[in-house]
Amino acid sequence: MAEELKLFRTWSSPFALRVIHALKIKGLEYETIFEDLSSKSASLLQYNPVNKKVPVLVHNEKPVCESLVILEYIDETWKQCPLLPRDPYEKAEARFWAKFGDEKLLSSIWNVLITQGKQLEEATAEAVQNLKLIEEQLKDKKFFGGETIGYLDIAFGWTVNLISILEEIIDQKLVDEEKLPLLSAWMQNFSDDPVIKDCWPPRDKMIAKYQAMREPYLKKVVSQ
Amino acid sequence: MEEEGVVLLEFWSSPYVMRVKIALEEKGIQFLYKEEENIFLGKSPLLLEANPIYKKVPVLIHNGKPICESHNILEYIDQVWKDKFPILPHHPYERARSRFWIDFFDKMIYDIGRRMWASKGEDQEDAKQEFLKSLKLLEEELGDKPYFGGGQFGLLDIALIPFSCRFYTYETFCKFNLEKICPNLMKWVNKCNERESVSKALPNPYKVYDFGLEVKKMLGIE
Repeated sequence: MAEELKLFRTWSSPFALRVIHALKIKGLEYETIFEDLSSKSASLLQYNPVNKKVPVLVHNEKPVCESLVILEYIDETWKQCPLLPRDPYEKAEARFWAKFGDEKLLSSIWNVLITQGKQLEEATAEAVQNLKLIEEQLKDKKFFGGETIGYLDIAFGWTVNLISILEEIIDQKLVDEEKLPLLSAWMQNFSDDPVIKDCWPPRDKMIAKYQAMREPYLKKVVSQ
Repeated sequence: MEEEGVVLLEFWSSPYVMRVKIALEEKGIQFLYKEEENIFLGKSPLLLEANPIYKKVPVLIHNGKPICESHNILEYIDQVWKDKFPILPHHPYERARSRFWIDFFDKMIYDIGRRMWASKGEDQEDAKQEFLKSLKLLEEELGDKPYFGGGQFGLLDIALIPFSCRFYTYETFCKFNLEKICPNLMKWVNKCNERESVSKALPNPYKVYDFGLEVKKMLGIE
């Protein structure tokens, strides 16, 4: 049976980017279906009735949901260019830090987006602390995966795009080359990789989107 | 860490710990367990060293190396002791489904479980409805299979069954009856409890309920 791959995503979803990166690394062809989350398609609701979210990867009409679950599915189904480490302990570590990124790091970065003044200072300090913990996982490797991009690089990939957008919006550095030299270098290496660099969503649209997300929180403080 | 062999840092009431105990038992793995005295009052130096990020149980320490997060530990155990009682489904698609449902359930129960136990009024009622909606989705996923894994007790069964020891607590606090609402799921609960690994790992639901009341008092929650 010919392989049929469909990816349901939005233009800006950082989690969909993970799936795109993985599919590109594995050299897989797929069809993209863009969703408008304010008006979800019948197909999306059929393929992901539980969460009704993107991304969803549909492989020969079988849907796989949740981006980290999709990454593992892709890696287990197509064995070329392995993404996850083979060693069970290293695999467990990679999964642990990917989840840390989605939980602690993501929420601390969200707090940077929606605060200002003293609160922004505190939010920034917490985000930087979380970024330091992630930097420690690099040790002295070029990528989290070693010499080539792996699961954890892809799992953290959203930070590369989003952090630079955020830094422009708040007019402040979050990943300082002096304070986070290894992470800074990793962000550059990741962005420069030929598989990654053509995949970013349009920057000006991203800035406008996140600026709009920040506005209501700033207004709330002013009106108090 | 000096621990050789397999050590499990645990606390008796944690369903996440029970997941790991069940898996170790099914695989016939010898392990040493080190119980935290009271996870709500303080954490041991070993736990803080083994899991400095989240400071939570379970932590599996295998030949001195700590593995944290229960789902992670299950996958680790299955990969290391792969010749004994496979836990993960064989096919990548079935694995993806199990992982999806564990992720769904874990995100739901973290917030909803707490609100059913600690909230009152409308907040508690909303939590209850969300919980029942989620259980019905799981019951649909189970269908008429004996286990979520089909004929074989596996990853998703191991991940979910420990929470059944909290059902009595939720039912009592929020006033509902799961036998009536999710009869097939409750049949699955009973079937799983026939397994020695499960009956050994799960505490008595009444003990869990009493402890729930005690913790509320300890934390000053009315």
